Amino acid sequence: MDLENQQRVKDAAEKHGAENIIVILGAAEAESAGLAAETVTAGDPTYAGPLAGVQLGLSVYHAVEPEIKNAVDADVYDEQIGMMEMVLDVDAIAQEMASIRSQYSKY
Amino acid sequence: MFAVVKGTSYVLVHAPDATIHNGSTQTMERATNPNSEYLKKLKSHLRKYEDVVAYPPNQVYIGNKSPEDLLGIDKPWYQNGIPGADRYGSMGEVMPQDEFYGLMKISDAFDLVKLEKGFAASVKKKLSSHRLLGESIAGRLGEGVDLSEIEGLVENHHAEGMYMDGNLVGCVKRAHDRDINLSAHVMFENLMTKASGILALINLFQLNNIDPGSVEYVIECSEEACGDMNQRGGGNFAKAIAEIAGCVNATGSDTRGFCAAPTHALIEAAALVKAGVYKNVAVVAGGATAKLGMNGKDHVAKGLPVLEDVLGGFAVLIGENDGKNPVLRTDLVGFHTVGTGSSPQAVITSLVITPLEKGGLKITDVDKYSVEMQNPEITVPAGAGDVPTANYKMIGALGVKRNELKREELGEFTKNHGMPGFAPTQGHIPSGVPFLGHCRDMMEKGQIQRAMIVGKGSLFLGRMTNLFDGVSIVMEKNSGEVTDETGVSEEKIKAMIAQSLKEFAAQLLSE
Repeated sequence: MDLENQQRVKDAAEKHGAENIIVILGAAEAESAGLAAETVTAGDPTYAGPLAGVQLGLSVYHAVEPEIKNAVDADVYDEQIGMMEMVLDVDAIAQEMASIRSQYSKY
Repeated sequence: MFAVVKGTSYVLVHAPDATIHNGSTQTMERATNPNSEYLKKLKSHLRKYEDVVAYPPNQVYIGNKSPEDLLGIDKPWYQNGIPGADRYGSMGEVMPQDEFYGLMKISDAFDLVKLEKGFAASVKKKLSSHRLLGESIAGRLGEGVDLSEIEGLVENHHAEGMYMDGNLVGCVKRAHDRDINLSAHVMFENLMTKASGILALINLFQLNNIDPGSVEYVIECSEEACGDMNQRGGGNFAKAIAEIAGCVNATGSDTRGFCAAPTHALIEAAALVKAGVYKNVAVVAGGATAKLGMNGKDHVAKGLPVLEDVLGGFAVLIGENDGKNPVLRTDLVGFHTVGTGSSPQAVITSLVITPLEKGGLKITDVDKYSVEMQNPEITVPAGAGDVPTANYKMIGALGVKRNELKREELGEFTKNHGMPGFAPTQGHIPSGVPFLGHCRDMMEKGQIQRAMIVGKGSLFLGRMTNLFDGVSIVMEKNSGEVTDETGVSEEKIKAMIAQSLKEFAAQLLSE
């Protein structure tokens, strides 16, 4: 996750409280989604950005996960995400995200 | 009358020392973590020139292999170099770093580049035997200066060093003592862009038998900015490149749009020619020094060579319809508007579906899509995935949603209407344009009839807007019919004359 986005997430968590924040990712690969999810939960694994060593433990999902899909109007979801749902490896992404959440999410 | 693609060229410049000293990933690392493991390991992960020439994607880029040939070469490609590969290709070349430093000196109009005497002499000799440059251009190199002068400039006057195998052989001086836009760092980057653009333009002219004097306008579409503190990005790379490449009858300007700029430039050039403003317009771009080794940390961590060790450049000549070369359908253009939105679906619809609908075409009516043609061997280890394949899947998925394709045909669609990525990750270089040359070849051989060139750009990087951007254009095999909206074709005139003669003869016979 780039350094500026790390700062934005950190600021948002400080302003609104970590328990009130959900991070929704759109990364194209399970690996990069996992890294971003790790960054906003356990801290920046590259130790380069503002979230290095900061364990926010935020609630984090990928846009193609069922939790998000079920929370969104079906027509809107189809219009905005339907194509990418067909393209991405949804199972691999969901598995990676669930793994990160179970390890590091506090909310 | 639609404009045509009269010729293309593609060049690469091997720049291992510039990767170490000038790539932004490396300069940032040196500034923040000078003793890092990455910097220690970096040198042992750099490739030799011969390996860079033999690297299969590079051979595709310069035209010696087709994109499809990559499907038959085992991965990793960096371990399966093409035996006996030639530095010169049918569409360009891979230039070694020392020759390129010489070309930078030749490109330098303000005596900012200093080369060491012995180095200058050896480079002059090498450039004299270059297949295109020859003695007349190599002769402009000059004598060079003593190493002590260069050392003094680097140590005491903020000059940017030029290295060969770690040894100082030259430098680029700053062009002003206070103005950061004219600092040695910026001048080094801009001269690299200028010289690689010149190399592309010279290849375009000579490999396609084009008279530089026939070019009336040059559009430069790289991602660098030249100007001083009062007009950062004032330009004009285009005219500076045109000057050295011998385009005495041309003016020009720079077009910017991040990675999408080359496709914007292509459409602009085609429109200018179609409108009759200029007869021949050259689109050219040099390479981006800052992007050398951009994903180097991932490559080194995963035990790969640093594969981003080349600058890329390209040039295309757009001219009036000659009845032979492929036409650029400026009536079938896609563009991502301010109101389009940034979801991938909205983006692909605006860039791919809209132009097809204008022509009453289906997704499968386009034989080949040229999207962001990044070499996946560079991007996958960096976590960015296989970019061209992802794009083909998105286009195919949209075809499924539009009932133009069955879901089970998605895999075949990607294979048949796409191709493996083969371009270096130099920002603007992979975006749509690397396929123009191969496309022209394939259309000439009758292998394909229609292609779409798609350029996309991430504008947020400049922090002026969060909007996405992109444009696209359909390219078609020339039907041979040279028509004008206001006139009729040559064939039609011949047919009309023949008809009149027949009628006249019939009249004579009946009399």
